[in-house]
Amino acid sequence: MNDLWAGLAEALRLVLRLDPDLVEITLRSLQVTLTATAIAALIGLPLGAWLSVNRFRARRMVIALLNALMGLPPVVVGLIVYILLSRAGPFGVLGLLFTPTAMIVAQVIIITPIVASIAHQAIRDLWSEYHDLLISLHTTRAQRIKALLWDSRRALLTAALAGFGRAIGEVGAIMIVGGNIDHATRVLTTAIALETGKGNFALALGLGFVLIALAIAVNLALHMLTRTERSSQW
Amino acid sequence: MVASILPLSLDGVVLRKRGKHILGPVSLELGATGCTILLGPNGSGKTSLLRVMHGLERVREGRVGWAVPLEQARRKQAFVFQTPIVMRRSIVDCIAYPLLLDGQSRVAARAQAADMADRIGLHGDLTRPAFVLSGGEKQKMALARALVRAPELLFLDEPSANLDGRSTREIEAILHALKADGTRIVMSTHNVGQARRLADDVLFLNEGKIVESADTTTFFNHPATPEAQAHLKGDLIP
Repeated sequence: MNDLWAGLAEALRLVLRLDPDLVEITLRSLQVTLTATAIAALIGLPLGAWLSVNRFRARRMVIALLNALMGLPPVVVGLIVYILLSRAGPFGVLGLLFTPTAMIVAQVIIITPIVASIAHQAIRDLWSEYHDLLISLHTTRAQRIKALLWDSRRALLTAALAGFGRAIGEVGAIMIVGGNIDHATRVLTTAIALETGKGNFALALGLGFVLIALAIAVNLALHMLTRTERSSQW
Repeated sequence: MVASILPLSLDGVVLRKRGKHILGPVSLELGATGCTILLGPNGSGKTSLLRVMHGLERVREGRVGWAVPLEQARRKQAFVFQTPIVMRRSIVDCIAYPLLLDGQSRVAARAQAADMADRIGLHGDLTRPAFVLSGGEKQKMALARALVRAPELLFLDEPSANLDGRSTREIEAILHALKADGTRIVMSTHNVGQARRLADDVLFLNEGKIVESADTTTFFNHPATPEAQAHLKGDLIP
């Protein structure tokens, strides 16, 4: 219990002092995670919509695979991305290993199935509601996907936030591909792992509380920006 | 002069779903004017026939033909469903949606949608979400959305089935005005009184087949088939 109070005190101290290291790794955490979430949303949301409105032979298998990939082990993703980006790997020439870009790549792979799968569930329900209307209005497939994406935007925000939540707390993959290099690839989660290993529990907990506060702040900010949960809004 | 999409002709159309016979064989021709009412008991195929004519059901037996190419015909017809499909948008954006599909600007589409809402008797703040409307207002909104492209042919599937007397009267007044303006109406209803008030001719369906087709006066005064006679008397059809 004392460790928890010490952790809270440390978190307050770090925030009030605007510790430069804390600000740096917090901003990097945000940069990596928000970029990964945006890319995953750009891929996952249209993919979810496309799967909802299209019927093809392997559709069920693709959906089952997508759902299964939601539980993709981050360490394995990290390992695969590491091998692909290492000097001997096919993308080694790009020199991306141990950079924030490599961390973004790993996170995109981890969270895209989550975003796509949740989006698919939401859009599938809306598609069954809109089906007759959109067919009656003689819409093209692109017009249907556009309408479904726009009208389920609140649910899609939840999908994106679920991806963000998974990414901001992720440590295994980004530790492997980022290397937790100070002033280069260190983020909140890898810093917590490092401080825990060093036995600095108060600092690790402090960073942990900052991470939780950050996740809550981003969620609240997005909800306020998109005006969800208002009685007269969808 | 824009070519009319009518007459619409159905020739030996049969509809099956998962091997189950739903409709047909149906053969008919719909002329360019008036209001045709589809009457019949539950499950007689009224909705299926409307959906087949509008192209919502894929027909594998028989032929559905228009006076113009199908692509052109589809753009000049509209469908109002029994349960209004309410998009997750404001009232004005729901009505404007078909115009946006046609490539109109949002501003122009909204202006035209607001005008249509006014003509249909949908008043108040149109920027409210459409889900706040009452049942009757939602159906009016659906009607406005169907009419905003000025269709030549309007299909309605029991549009006042879930509405109270006042809302039903309002919908009927709109349909009378549309008829007067020359919009071709094909509508299914359970309500014999409504059929009397609106119809120019009646198609009576039972067990997926048209068992009687006649003008309004003949149908209501001298129904030819026992099924139609029983239905008009309020008896159960054997």
